[in-house]
Amino acid sequence: MSLMQAAKSMLLLEFIRGHALTFSYMFRPKRTINYPYERGPLSPRFRGEHALRRYPNGEERCIACKLCEAVCPALAITIEAEPRADGSRRTTRYDIDMTKCIYCGLCQEACPVDAIVEGPNLEFATETREELMYNKDKLLANGERWERAIAANLAADAPYR
Amino acid sequence: MTEFFQSILGEGLGWFVAHLILILLIALPVMLVMALSTWMDRKVWAAMMLRRGPNVVGPIGILQPFADGLKLFLKETIVPTGANKGVFFLAPMITFVLALVAWAVIPFDAGWVLADINVGLLFLFAVSSLGVYGIIMSGWASNSKYPFLGGLRSAAQMVSYEVSIGFVIICVVLYASSFNLTDIVESQRGNIFGLLNGNLFNPLLFPMAIVFLISALAETNRPPFDLPEAEAELVAGYQVEYSSMTFALFFLGEYMNILLMCALASILFLGGYLPPLNWAPLYMVPGLVWLFLKVVFMFFIFAWVKATVPRYRYDQLMRLGWKVFLPLSLFWVVLVSGWLVFTGHYSAEVASPPPVVESAA
Repeated sequence: MSLMQAAKSMLLLEFIRGHALTFSYMFRPKRTINYPYERGPLSPRFRGEHALRRYPNGEERCIACKLCEAVCPALAITIEAEPRADGSRRTTRYDIDMTKCIYCGLCQEACPVDAIVEGPNLEFATETREELMYNKDKLLANGERWERAIAANLAADAPYR
Repeated sequence: MTEFFQSILGEGLGWFVAHLILILLIALPVMLVMALSTWMDRKVWAAMMLRRGPNVVGPIGILQPFADGLKLFLKETIVPTGANKGVFFLAPMITFVLALVAWAVIPFDAGWVLADINVGLLFLFAVSSLGVYGIIMSGWASNSKYPFLGGLRSAAQMVSYEVSIGFVIICVVLYASSFNLTDIVESQRGNIFGLLNGNLFNPLLFPMAIVFLISALAETNRPPFDLPEAEAELVAGYQVEYSSMTFALFFLGEYMNILLMCALASILFLGGYLPPLNWAPLYMVPGLVWLFLKVVFMFFIFAWVKATVPRYRYDQLMRLGWKVFLPLSLFWVVLVSGWLVFTGHYSAEVASPPPVVESAA
């Protein structure tokens, strides 16, 4: 250790510089978002809670092709289907196990009619595990609740697809 | 107050009741300040990391420590199977009680001291040295690897830095020619040409103030010397097996020790309850307020250091303690005593009676 270094370390010069730096940081604007009251921006491609959409006339989009069930890598989707009274093919059961889902977005990529989508909602924590076993009613209700946001996101992302 | 209670309740009981009230008058505000200090610590630390810190419980999160305390109080106390139960529960109590008992000799204002003993500084030094027992006992009684290693580290660290703290204290005592904390504070009145109050402004004692600050960080296991509880290596050191109120007592004791070191630094180097400038209008402010501001300032420095420097390696810690601070402080004792004898300060002090403590303003 040279004499210069020794003198420097004795005078704690580097410590003083370090402390001056942290002191200057103390008055800078905070980088943390005050979460429940402030939120960061979400991409239109954000993959959150699932929703089943309807056409504007109220008809379900899902045609029970089961492509989403087939593509789902986590095997979270279970679909049962049979023809409806008017002859159209519809699901009688559409379950998503949200505890299995890995939010990869392959189901919405596979869907030919944009029926199953992952909406912008990320706050769907529940108190029990059972509440995370989504059935068709829950998914359709999500679709109704988030339709405007989902439609806007799909429109925003459409030019890049 | 003692006379009042003794006139009602008789000699012994009156003394007991009066002192019990005095103890509560000191202990409760100190504990309140301690609770708020944990909040301030987190806030300062967060601000320097561009975070917000606790801000949900109460206005700007000021009630967070009470929420934390309530949470800890409601949790289950878990005792490890192999633990020595008696020692396991004794350890946090010792840490907490020792941290609290030291406040007895701290002068909060001129004459505002519970036990005005003539060896107050020695008492403080002894109590803070005893604090290591709580940690060693917890490390041993937990019967677990991490607490054991944490306890050993803590013991070695505290012993090492206590040595240099002792020599720093001797430097100040030589100047004040008294071990009584009130006398030490009064000796700092009008230190430099009668303008400033505080040994910090004495060029001969300034380096010792820095040594004291750094040793105090090591003594209270604060970063960058928080090796006994180094998360990366020891999880939480001697606190690993503790939960609920036993952990809370450790936590309280730790912060109480930090506040004690802040108060000690204020008294030894910043002029205690005296205002920083020896200027009459400043004496209008009560001494308690000055001491409080100084303690808060010192605590801010503690939090500031925590936010700035990374943790030392263990050999670096020992090297700093034994190879840098010990020779330096030892040399400074010789320097200070030589200077005092050379300038005739010491003989003059001994010849004249000790300075009369006069009330501020």
